[in-house]
Amino acid sequence: MTALNLATQNGLRPEAAEIATSPLAIRGLTVSYGEKPAIFSVDMTIRPGSMTAIIGPNGAGKSTLLKAALGIIRPLSGQTTVFGRPLDTQRARIAYVPQRASVDWDFPTTVLDVVLMGLYRELGLLRLVRSSHRKTATDALRRVGMADFADRQIGQLSGGQQQRVFLARALAQGADLYLLDEPFAGVDAATEKAIIAVLKSLKADGKTVVAVHHDLATVEQYFDHAFLINVRPVAEGTVAEAFTAESLQAAYGGRLATAQIDRLSQAG
Amino acid sequence: MLFEALTLQLGYNATLVAIGAMLLGISAGATGTFLFLRKRALVSDAISHATLPGIGLAFIVMVWLGMDGRSLPGLLIGSALSAWIGLLCVQWLTGGTRLSEDSAIGAVLSVFFGAGIVLLTVIQGMSAGRQAGLDSLLLGSTAGMLFSDAVLIAGGGALVLMLTLLLRRPMSLVAFDSDFAAASGLNVPRIDLATMGLVLAVTVVGLKIVGLILIVALLIIPPVTARFWTERTEHVWLIAGALGGASGYIGAAISASAPALPTGPIIVLVAFAFFAVSLLFSPARGVLSSVLRHRQYQRRVHLRQGLLALAQGQPIYEGYTLRLLQREGLARPDGVATGDGQARAAKALLDEKRWEILRGLQAHEATAARYDGLTGLETILTEDQLRDLDTRIAAPREIAP
Repeated sequence: MTALNLATQNGLRPEAAEIATSPLAIRGLTVSYGEKPAIFSVDMTIRPGSMTAIIGPNGAGKSTLLKAALGIIRPLSGQTTVFGRPLDTQRARIAYVPQRASVDWDFPTTVLDVVLMGLYRELGLLRLVRSSHRKTATDALRRVGMADFADRQIGQLSGGQQQRVFLARALAQGADLYLLDEPFAGVDAATEKAIIAVLKSLKADGKTVVAVHHDLATVEQYFDHAFLINVRPVAEGTVAEAFTAESLQAAYGGRLATAQIDRLSQAG
Repeated sequence: MLFEALTLQLGYNATLVAIGAMLLGISAGATGTFLFLRKRALVSDAISHATLPGIGLAFIVMVWLGMDGRSLPGLLIGSALSAWIGLLCVQWLTGGTRLSEDSAIGAVLSVFFGAGIVLLTVIQGMSAGRQAGLDSLLLGSTAGMLFSDAVLIAGGGALVLMLTLLLRRPMSLVAFDSDFAAASGLNVPRIDLATMGLVLAVTVVGLKIVGLILIVALLIIPPVTARFWTERTEHVWLIAGALGGASGYIGAAISASAPALPTGPIIVLVAFAFFAVSLLFSPARGVLSSVLRHRQYQRRVHLRQGLLALAQGQPIYEGYTLRLLQREGLARPDGVATGDGQARAAKALLDEKRWEILRGLQAHEATAARYDGLTGLETILTEDQLRDLDTRIAAPREIAP
């Protein structure tokens, strides 16, 4: 909040000041496949140092929101600023963890080589991989408990191990903003615990974490902020602020039983 | 004859062709690797067929300008331009319309090839075109290769190889995880276009030796073959380059060693021979080893099931299981366990009981995921953990209050 106060003192409007300090601020983002929008005119302002869950039903546009924010798919309209600056000048400060199922795990590569991909911006076309780079990659693997698997072919990993390798690749980037797409989808309970421990340690180091999340029951336990979306943005704020009976009803419609809504909104 | 050919003693033309084919093979194998890893192998087929109208038009333009219509550099420039247009058509049809990539490839490939054949037929009728011999570029023809042609092919191949090596890191990254690559700031469409541009260059350079119809084989077969032998991207393109080079060299030598053996098709057949051997005999991914592994696994499962049946005094119905038990000296022909069999059966039952307990314990969740019905827990747990587990087997089950 001090940064925000500083920015307002410098004469910026509160909204502009918020964008200037936000690790990820999105304004008017619309993505459309054909003529049906996947997300429509979404504003989202991520608080610095927060852990935010992007929540919504299937087909609500959660993954699309992340991909469009990062320019992986081209939005119809809207813009992204990262730490108050244009996206493309801040790429080095962003680590993205795609959905595990989005790649072919029979690809001929090893665990260590995947993590080294996180150092692409540093290595570029020609720089040789040095022992310092390998150490960065191995340290990242150690943080997710996968150091013993460095030389394995990625096809031999279980789903949970694959997800940890993806997280290690993001850690190797040494970024300030971490964006994860469904990091807990189809992983075992041990991996889920390991991942959330790493994410919380990132937050403790002052980094910002944003994750697309599916499981309403664990939002409160894992995250401090939530962004509810169903094509249109529905609610934003701390988990308690975002999880009201009205907003859950608005995001999920008839898909949640009244009892569930009561439980979730009271928990918040 | 073949030995002389392989040692480059068959004269000037054969030597030129062999060295040219080897360089072409190396660059085709290495470049094709990234096409194969990106799972867009067939785009190269559209590119190669799209060269044909350019060849025809280049000939007509050169004759019209009063030059020799058969000059190789001119034909290659024409073919590259029309292949580039064909490639852009595939890209646009895939990205800009609802057509899938395979339909787009089919459409572009056939239309460009058809147009090219029409042009070639027209040229046949032109007075200047009677001896054009442009159709030799369909399947390649090395008979009258000039030294300058060989230099062009070798130089072009070497340049493509260098560019491929320069771009290998972004190309692998895009092939494995294009979303991550885009998030890291890489321009994915531009890198894809660069990959395709390199493939186009290999195709054009290879027209003289293997021709446009068979170049796809030289781009795809070596990396597919290499994949049988390694699990690392860096090794795939190294092996693919080596195999492509060897195929080019050996194929050219074989075709030079006997009259009337076409160079391009023989090169492709040599590449295929490498592929066939790898498909059958690769230790990690080959057909033979996977059949053997499967058989061995099946055997272990049957043996285990048989032992569990013996331990619990159940009848064994499957003949294969019974034969296995007999062969191992674990059961008599009438299905009764031998002394050895009784001991092994008791151990198998103990393993199952231990696993059953372990899979019910929260603390062993990670270990529980490794259950395969075959492995004994003593290979996974420490002695203390095992002892703790065994006390739970002996103790009566706790009943939740």
